[in-house]
Amino acid sequence: MANAKPKMQHRAKLMRTWPLLTPAVGVLLLWALVPLAMTLWFSFQRYNLVDPTISGFAGWSNYKFLVESPAFLASILNELVMVAAVLVITLVLGVAFAVLYDQEFPGRAIARLLVIGPFFVMPTVAALIWKNLLMDPVNGVFAYIARSLGFTPLDWFTHAPMAGEVMIVSWEWVPFATLILLTAMQSLDRQQIEAAKMDGARGPQILRYVILPHLSRPITIVMMMETIYLLAVFAEIFVTTSGGPGHATTTLTYLIYQKALVAFDVGGASAGGVIAVILANIVALFLIRSVARNVDL
Amino acid sequence: MRLKITAALSAALLAASGTSALATTITVATVNNNDMVVMQKLSKVWEKETGNHVKWVVLEENVLRQRVTTDIATHGGQFDVVTIGAYETPIWAKRGWLDKLNDFPASYDYNDLLAPVRSALTVNGNMYAVPFYSEASFTMYRKDLFEKAGLTMPDQPTYAQIEQFADKLTDKSKQQYGICLRGKPGWGENMAFLGTLVNSNGGRWFDMDWKPQLTTKPWEDAINYYVKLMQKDGPPGAASDGFNEVEALFATGHCAIWVDSTVAAGMLEDPKQSQVAGKVGFAKAPIAVTDKGASWQWIWSLAVPSSSKKEKVAKEFIAWATSKQYIDLVGKTDGWVLAPPGTRMSTYQNPDYLAAAPFAKQVLAAVQSVDPQHPTLLPVPYTGIQFVTIPPFQQIGTTVGQDIAGALSGGTSVQAALQSAQDSTTSAMQQAGYLK
Amino acid sequence: MKASPLQKLIVFVLGWGAALLMFFPVAWMVLTGFKSEIDAVHSPPLLIFHPILSNFTHVIHEGDYLGALGNSVGIALGATVLGLLIAMPGAYAMAFFPNRWTKDLLLWMLSTKMMPAVGVLMPIYLICQKSGLLDTLTGLVLVMMLSNLPIIVWMLYTFFKEIPGDIIEASRMDGAGPLAQLRIVLLPLAGPGIASTALLSIILTWNEAFWSLNLTSSNAAPLTAFIATFSAPEGLFWAKLSAASTLAVAPILIFGWLTQRQLVRGLTFGAVK
Repeated sequence: MANAKPKMQHRAKLMRTWPLLTPAVGVLLLWALVPLAMTLWFSFQRYNLVDPTISGFAGWSNYKFLVESPAFLASILNELVMVAAVLVITLVLGVAFAVLYDQEFPGRAIARLLVIGPFFVMPTVAALIWKNLLMDPVNGVFAYIARSLGFTPLDWFTHAPMAGEVMIVSWEWVPFATLILLTAMQSLDRQQIEAAKMDGARGPQILRYVILPHLSRPITIVMMMETIYLLAVFAEIFVTTSGGPGHATTTLTYLIYQKALVAFDVGGASAGGVIAVILANIVALFLIRSVARNVDL
Repeated sequence: MRLKITAALSAALLAASGTSALATTITVATVNNNDMVVMQKLSKVWEKETGNHVKWVVLEENVLRQRVTTDIATHGGQFDVVTIGAYETPIWAKRGWLDKLNDFPASYDYNDLLAPVRSALTVNGNMYAVPFYSEASFTMYRKDLFEKAGLTMPDQPTYAQIEQFADKLTDKSKQQYGICLRGKPGWGENMAFLGTLVNSNGGRWFDMDWKPQLTTKPWEDAINYYVKLMQKDGPPGAASDGFNEVEALFATGHCAIWVDSTVAAGMLEDPKQSQVAGKVGFAKAPIAVTDKGASWQWIWSLAVPSSSKKEKVAKEFIAWATSKQYIDLVGKTDGWVLAPPGTRMSTYQNPDYLAAAPFAKQVLAAVQSVDPQHPTLLPVPYTGIQFVTIPPFQQIGTTVGQDIAGALSGGTSVQAALQSAQDSTTSAMQQAGYLK
Repeated sequence: MKASPLQKLIVFVLGWGAALLMFFPVAWMVLTGFKSEIDAVHSPPLLIFHPILSNFTHVIHEGDYLGALGNSVGIALGATVLGLLIAMPGAYAMAFFPNRWTKDLLLWMLSTKMMPAVGVLMPIYLICQKSGLLDTLTGLVLVMMLSNLPIIVWMLYTFFKEIPGDIIEASRMDGAGPLAQLRIVLLPLAGPGIASTALLSIILTWNEAFWSLNLTSSNAAPLTAFIATFSAPEGLFWAKLSAASTLAVAPILIFGWLTQRQLVRGLTFGAVK
């Protein structure tokens, strides 16, 4: 790959690419910069939607109130825990499903669709269904199964609230990982697997040395995109625990939501938005740099 | 610009179609509760009578509040009629965001409106919203379970009695829980009940200088009582149960006592929604040391934003939707038990309604007993019973609710939760300029 | 090397087991839509019950289902087509003619997606209000397209990267301009990838519930608003919510069913390797 670069750059010189890039870059620039600039501006204003008597320049006070609130640190940690846990679960299951549904078996097309099914369910609905119909410790399906097997049903949102959220969100995103990785599996050269088998490689070795390297770029994509959407998760938290008990499920996004649409504190929410953008970019950089080191983007 | 175009377009359309120039389309934003769904259905009658047209935006309560607040505060003018509560009305009226509603025709009969309801929607002598239906809180209990255990619910129980009953009626092996209460954090969820519990213990949110009082003894007593009772006799998962979750539990026969909104009564007595219909008894909201602020008040009301360009038709619509004739219409078409409760004296003098709604007397007593102008034992600078009518309260109530849910789930001690609540409330009050 | 019958059986059982497990909540939701409210909260959960249709007729009657469906389709298709049109040339340029800023450009594009929507609600709301885009399909198509554009660019870019540069080079030698290359070489080869991207964009737009709720009221309200009409009213609502959700999910699920073969056929380069 190393010697491919000069060739590519050589081509780039031959080819003026900016007319092709302009539309995408242009609209994104507008979309990103205008609201961001306004958000930055608001974050230094005393601006509350429901209380116009609060006005004027705020200095750093919006940031100060946010950072000093007891929920702030917890919310960043929760955010990271949730993103990391969901990423691990969806990737492990996604790879497993990609390998599984790459095999021929009767009814595979239908089974595939069933696995992808959860992705079509809107987050609010998914959360309501999981919380009430499945995870409710008294009337839910899980509780019923646990009791009929002789166990005490787990009281998810009291004793393992974050695990509950992670489960719901993972269920929504496993299909995405499966979809992307399965698509990528299709382009894997079958002869490579056959050759590895000839050399006496077993399942785990094939996975380690043939399949995973082949999937490394799609895995990066899945991580990248899921991270973006996971950082923004809030409907699930809102419906199930409203960020509680305590601050156990308050993520930074949820905290900003509370500022913006419960308190209508535009200044505070904007400060939170600015901090979230900075954090998200750090996470993304870290992700990209660590994962992409071996993967040519 | 857009307005001009729209106006020009509609003028052109009108000219083209040649219909009566009086036909107007108004946009009504409302909550997805049963009573509003009935209103949506019956609005066809009004449309036929007047030739006007209604466009509906029906949303879940929280989403509606976000939408309506954003639109009104930015003078968006997307809605001609909005559905708001007793919390928003005074705050928004003072901002000049709502039109005055004093000039309805005599047949509207303002004096028929229940006094506490009317006063909660009145600012400086002007009404800014009219009541669609209202609720208070009271005690619901399972008559059959009480009878079997040889217990009697007094007309006015105390919280100490509630605890005794709950202890006796809890049988976790049968998934029968002595008490069910809200636990999901939110100013309109767990804090609605807890606000009344604190009031009844003699507590208050703020003193006369707006200093938060969350670490005072009444708060500690109230929250300790709540956490202990719920951990002992409450259902699992209580920390994420809101009104709907508790209702599902009660309706499926898992709860012996529930202190909550009077609107639950109609649903629990409906055999289509409840397995315990006919077995539910009603009593006043429990008290601890005082009955002041022991029962809450919430009024779903209709108002016209001042940004509406069609205020005349909008006012006609809400005058119709909150009139005696409307209540009559619901009674006749959908059944009297579904008539919007808690707004008009005439409803409670109607023999048809009294016959259809066995809980009518208790609901009327509960709705009339509240006094949001004097909600607490000690003097306070605010009005509102289970909420404080100031802009930062939504955030404060929600944050405090989270802290208490933390204590309920056993994650933190009550004392630590209240200390954290006190700190965050102080900070929010500083930010909003109430405290220096 | 052929798989043994036992292996085949294991794959069959695992494949169907996992599929049924993943799909169970959705199936349960559909089932609940046919229950009465009281059966829906019944404990233990009911598998056998008297099915009713009234939830479906109720939600179709109360909410404007067809209008919302039309808006959802319009927004999803509009945002996707527009997004692909804008993204494709950019992704093409970055994949085949990268320079030293390409990586940073991609990262920057993605980073625009990292601003939590709720943090920029006010700016976007005010902009839409001032430009008369509130509660219009145009406004929502634009916002959805912009919020998904980084994802679309990224996915197209990675799919394009899979195509060997030599093919493009060869077509260039044959005198094909950039647009001709796109049409003759890229579209056929990256077709499944583009289809996947399009489908993803449609699904993401379909399920997006923040902008679609906050920027519409009645005229442009899509299915997410329809759902918000039936989620969490006072009283029992699981059956009606399930019915409404089933109606909201069904069109896209059926669409997924029809396109799934196309979707996971993936990138096949056997012919060119």
